[in-house]
Amino acid sequence: MNPGMHFLSGNIACAEGAIAVGCRFFAGYPITPSTEIAEHMAYRLPQVKGIYVQMEDELASMAAIIGASWGGMKAMTATSGPGFSLMQENIGLAVMTETPCVVVNVQRGAPSTGLPTLVGQGDVMQARWGSHGSYEIIALCPNSPQECFDLTVRAFNLSEKYRVPVILLMDECVGHMYERVFIPEEVEIVNRKKPLEDKRDYLPFLPKEDLVPEMALAGEGFRIHVTGLTHDERGYPATNPEAHEKLVRRLCEKIRVNKKKIVDYEGVLLDDSDVLIVAYGAPSRTSMRALREARKRGIRVGLFRLKTIWPFPEEELRKASSNVEHIVVPEINYGQLVLEVERVCKGGEVHLIPKMGGRVHSPREILEYLINLNR
Amino acid sequence: MMQAQEHPLEKYLRVDRLPHVWCPGCGIGTVLGSYVRAIDRLGLDLDKMAMVSGIGCAGRAAGYVNMDSFHTTHGRAIPFAVGLKLAKPELIVTVFSGDGDLFAIGGNHFIHAARRNCDLKVICVNNFNYGMTGGQLGPTTPLGAKTTTSPYGNLELPLNLPYFAASCGSSYVARWTSLHARNMIECFEEILEKKGFCFVEILSPCPTVYGRRNEMPEGLDMMKLFKERCEIRNFEDTSRVGLNQEKIIIGKFVDEEEKETFEDRVYSLMEEVKWGGSR
Repeated sequence: MNPGMHFLSGNIACAEGAIAVGCRFFAGYPITPSTEIAEHMAYRLPQVKGIYVQMEDELASMAAIIGASWGGMKAMTATSGPGFSLMQENIGLAVMTETPCVVVNVQRGAPSTGLPTLVGQGDVMQARWGSHGSYEIIALCPNSPQECFDLTVRAFNLSEKYRVPVILLMDECVGHMYERVFIPEEVEIVNRKKPLEDKRDYLPFLPKEDLVPEMALAGEGFRIHVTGLTHDERGYPATNPEAHEKLVRRLCEKIRVNKKKIVDYEGVLLDDSDVLIVAYGAPSRTSMRALREARKRGIRVGLFRLKTIWPFPEEELRKASSNVEHIVVPEINYGQLVLEVERVCKGGEVHLIPKMGGRVHSPREILEYLINLNR
Repeated sequence: MMQAQEHPLEKYLRVDRLPHVWCPGCGIGTVLGSYVRAIDRLGLDLDKMAMVSGIGCAGRAAGYVNMDSFHTTHGRAIPFAVGLKLAKPELIVTVFSGDGDLFAIGGNHFIHAARRNCDLKVICVNNFNYGMTGGQLGPTTPLGAKTTTSPYGNLELPLNLPYFAASCGSSYVARWTSLHARNMIECFEEILEKKGFCFVEILSPCPTVYGRRNEMPEGLDMMKLFKERCEIRNFEDTSRVGLNQEKIIIGKFVDEEEKETFEDRVYSLMEEVKWGGSR
């Protein structure tokens, strides 16, 4: 799309963000409510000399984007709950093999087939812990079509920088919401580091100072070996506790030590608030309205809106919540991120406003909760 | 002292990873040896080749070839290879894996890669069971065979892999055994030079966990069986090559004229489609 102002849905904005940042490979499987991303990529990618391939399932989609990433392309897939479950296997492979890629999950009502066409936020913990083992991952959470564009760009950049799969955790409401989206002339583009050493000396999994190794691609003559087994710096299987400790610790540490650079949030009226709303995605939109209405009534409410869910902004939230009496967490699930909030916030009392999938909280619901807290 | 001479095939292998994990009497080494001999005969550039494997004994092959190699998740070698080949079409991409990996957990991916005519060379070492996990029944285990999960004899019917591969649209289908090293090398030469989805099944002994439960405790036992019962019938109707008969039918069954691959179609679309417009 040409630079300038457009009127787009979150799903289309996400696809355009991917194209703007250089994504040239999409493998996916149709699933509501994410399908428009696949459809738009099928239409747009050939125009920019990119590749769209519709795979036989989500297991294959995830495997294909990892393969394409090792072939040198920026690659992504998009799905929703049931497909996200199938992708967990190879999300683990991408973590273990440090393969840059982006996985979009437009969340819907769940468990199981649930509410295919309606909103949900039940995959927050799955995004964090969905694949087996100890690992760190990055998950971003937009609340508007503009942010779907911006955070998709950021998702690719973080993924390339830290060589980790990045999850864009959208929801049906944001994916199907139409708003103005500004597409800039240029976006920031980060590319994976390339090895400079002599090919014979190159160790594909030897980390640099930032704990991230340089990435050689297939066909460049480095003769790399890449395995999901625990491996040494040469990339060879090393199935012993010492190698495992070294590798898994680094896979976690490369995200943990860089957490400050990764974490992003929006704070609204944090300085003088007695009540803090912690929200992400669609509920953060209704929370804003509730916040304004509550302020009119003299209730001092602030909003801590997460743009990165994982890694969780522990220090930032702890600071923002240090002087409040109540922390309110509206989520379209029966309590997921609230567990993190409870863990982190030591001062105020934490309240969950749950919402089963299918509907977003109304501003009135949240407002009434805030009013009742202040009675 | 005699200077140790380099083996003529050393450059094709990651010799720093030897010894390999395969048991004495296993046929996988012979298959891999034949594969690198085919590369040697063709004089292919290893920098322009990649091998993708899944999980299992045969899946370890990727770890020993001196080319870009990927040891992926169980059953997912083919879709990984589909992505890799699309992104780097100049690479010759071989998928080297086992019968369980390619036809049980990964069966669906096989169907669709063959249907699209992805330009992949799929080599399946069929050892009739899951060897890596200690010998359980798989999609190719013969009816009545004893495995750790069929202690009273296998109740399932095995898949006829060449028939399956041909019906999915493979451009090339062959079956050999690890006894037929020469034919295997020639076959690998053919698929490495052929465009399109190529499938080769190699029957291979697994004395350690399959053979010893089925009256073939030595590697040689199954090789003798191959010698006695194999019959080469090139271009035989694949519906008649099931392993449920006295003769083991081997040979090249399908070798279609070169047809357009999925990668061809994807890349020509890019040339045709213009920014902002349709074709």
